[in-house]
Amino acid sequence: MGCSCDKKLALNFDDKNVDLSLMEPILKKYEGQSASLISILQETQGLYGYLPLSALNLIAERTGNKRAKIYGIATFYAQFRLNPTGKYIILQCQGTACHVNGSEEVSRAICEELNIKPGETTEDGIFTLEDVACLGCCSLAPVMMINGEAYGNLTPDSARKIIREIYEKERRGNSDEN
Amino acid sequence: MKIRIGLGSCGIAAGGRKIKSKFEEIFKEKNIDIEIISTGCIGMCYYEPLVDIIDDNGTYTYANVTQSMVEEIVDEHILKGCPIEKYIVSTDKKPYPQLKKQVRIVLRNCGIINPEKIEDYIASGGYTALKKVLMEMTPQEVIEEVKISGLRGRGGAGFPTWFKWNAARASKGDEKYIVCNADEGDPGAFMDRSVIEGDPHSLIEGMIIAAYAIGAHNGFVYVRAEYPLAIERLNLAIEQAKDNNLLGKNILNSGFDFELKIKMGAGAFVCGEETALIASLEGERGMPRLKPPFPAQSGFFGKPTNINNVETYANVPWILKNGGAEFAKYGTEKSKGTKVFALAGKIKRGGLIEVPMGMTLREVIYDIGGGIKNDKEFKAVQMGGPSGGCIPKELLDTPVDYESINKTGAIMGSGGMIVMDETTCMVDITRFFLDFTCKESCGKCIYCRIGTKRMLEILNKITQGNGTLEDIEMLEELCYSVKDGSLCGLGQTAPNPALTTLKYFKDEYIAHIKDKKCPAGQCKSLISYKINAEKCVGCTMCSKQCPVNAIHGERKQTHIIDQDKCIKCGNCIKICKFNAIYTE
Repeated sequence: MGCSCDKKLALNFDDKNVDLSLMEPILKKYEGQSASLISILQETQGLYGYLPLSALNLIAERTGNKRAKIYGIATFYAQFRLNPTGKYIILQCQGTACHVNGSEEVSRAICEELNIKPGETTEDGIFTLEDVACLGCCSLAPVMMINGEAYGNLTPDSARKIIREIYEKERRGNSDEN
Repeated sequence: MKIRIGLGSCGIAAGGRKIKSKFEEIFKEKNIDIEIISTGCIGMCYYEPLVDIIDDNGTYTYANVTQSMVEEIVDEHILKGCPIEKYIVSTDKKPYPQLKKQVRIVLRNCGIINPEKIEDYIASGGYTALKKVLMEMTPQEVIEEVKISGLRGRGGAGFPTWFKWNAARASKGDEKYIVCNADEGDPGAFMDRSVIEGDPHSLIEGMIIAAYAIGAHNGFVYVRAEYPLAIERLNLAIEQAKDNNLLGKNILNSGFDFELKIKMGAGAFVCGEETALIASLEGERGMPRLKPPFPAQSGFFGKPTNINNVETYANVPWILKNGGAEFAKYGTEKSKGTKVFALAGKIKRGGLIEVPMGMTLREVIYDIGGGIKNDKEFKAVQMGGPSGGCIPKELLDTPVDYESINKTGAIMGSGGMIVMDETTCMVDITRFFLDFTCKESCGKCIYCRIGTKRMLEILNKITQGNGTLEDIEMLEELCYSVKDGSLCGLGQTAPNPALTTLKYFKDEYIAHIKDKKCPAGQCKSLISYKINAEKCVGCTMCSKQCPVNAIHGERKQTHIIDQDKCIKCGNCIKICKFNAIYTE
């Protein structure tokens, strides 16, 4: 404790108001089980939508591992995120079939539409954009997946349209609440 | 009468679920009582959503079904009994032409049974092989049968399956593990996903048989987290198998115990490598280690472990049920049986196919795949993903078997087959793969970590038009250094895309460097958009669409593109109705 690296690391992450007590069931479930670190991290991410630094520290403490090891695993795998995500996560497929069928142009259109780069979240917190290696829907290339639902045979225009429709839905949803 | 709707990932992406609910809605409205069965992928992904109507006269397959077609199908076919010819692509009498050349062993149930019902799998002869194995055969006899079949690992390397099993069986210790590698990381491959989504029990049955053969009582399926539907269906299948005494203690009262669990991968291509996969199973960073010892001697937590991929295990029940010799009837002398391929890219009929080994690439691409989209010129087929290579037109008559494909410089791989046409730049595709391997290198070996980065830099330089002829030499030298200096398959095979394109498409590299031209017209830095004065009618469409106002011209007069302003977005070429815009 008291290492200055901790403070520096903490500055890089948005880590406010994380209720760590929510993690108790997960930690209890895997208590004493070796080989479960990745599962713990996956379930923690399922809980918060990302891996808060304080949660990583708690996992280290409770599983008896060094913080560096937990951080190492969390940054090794593409699935783990250390920052909060938007309400909708857009996974743009960067697979071979998508590449050959023009995913680059689709990707450019999406970035333009959202005004963010892959790996970033829009300011209003609605969309997070991410690149993935392959979604396995190659015969429908180019493909993207938004919150688990796949959209195929994309063109720059159809991709924009899909995003605008979700935005529209969000806006309407908000005004309904008001 | 029954209805089958394809609800694999591809079917769902094409709108299959909406079609299903439309049927349900109409049935409710009109008081029709017909069973709707959800199946996995039949492999004709370009036809999704697919609907099969099975009546007394046989099966009729409707393709690219839309909401309005559903109403017609219900009114005409279901209520009046008149199949609608114009929408039907396949019937029992006239099956899909591309199905004729296929032999479906692994995919025997995909798209036919409901993957969420164990009863369907059992009704189609499922778990009979397991019964036979547990009641009548010794583990040694099982291994012998697999040896006779000639089955080789379908994950890419083609190692004889029986040999692995035998090694794991021979290893000392009573705690052994069986692992299924379903971390299908090759971009452009979706065989394993389709098998798990369409027929999860064939994988489970294959794994139980393998466990019995080597003497393991615990198993894991290591699945990519990117395949949520596959995980869901596999979970369900495992629960059903437990309920039917096919997993757990004393399976089918044979005294044999076997537990199966799912472990989700977390997104790392290198985890397809056996030792990295084991590290990941243990909850660590997925970094490979030196072999030997092989996993068969020292695997999961140092215990003997057998790892095969999904397709390999899915073959096993068929082999044990029908006999190894029956399996060995298909294929070539050294590559027996069939192989599943994911056909994608610039191909007319993309999807999942299964062919006997030894069929030529030409037959696969033209007879089954229907040839190239928009009838363009075939340029190359990429096999084996980032570890494989590009096979050119001259070698289209290469038979699909492990040895022949290796000879071309590509590898069989897990079965991704990406077809490329004249508009695909081979330097760019090499850059694409290197970009992938460079990102996915775990960083343990210096050559793989830094060498791939340097290769990528050279390829970027060439595609941007700044390459020199010395760069090609350096690229080649790096290829061999990375091959020699890497511990695992990822690094050893990462240079394959570069090596094969340098071998077969060197002229494209030289065109980029010497003439500063991209023959495929794909590398943005090396092309310019021009307007053909004879074809341009001055409709002004292109100048209206241009995002940077780089196109000038009066109405009804030839337009001109200002090359200094042009950002090469390609909008104009798409909008022009007179084909007046071309790239140079």
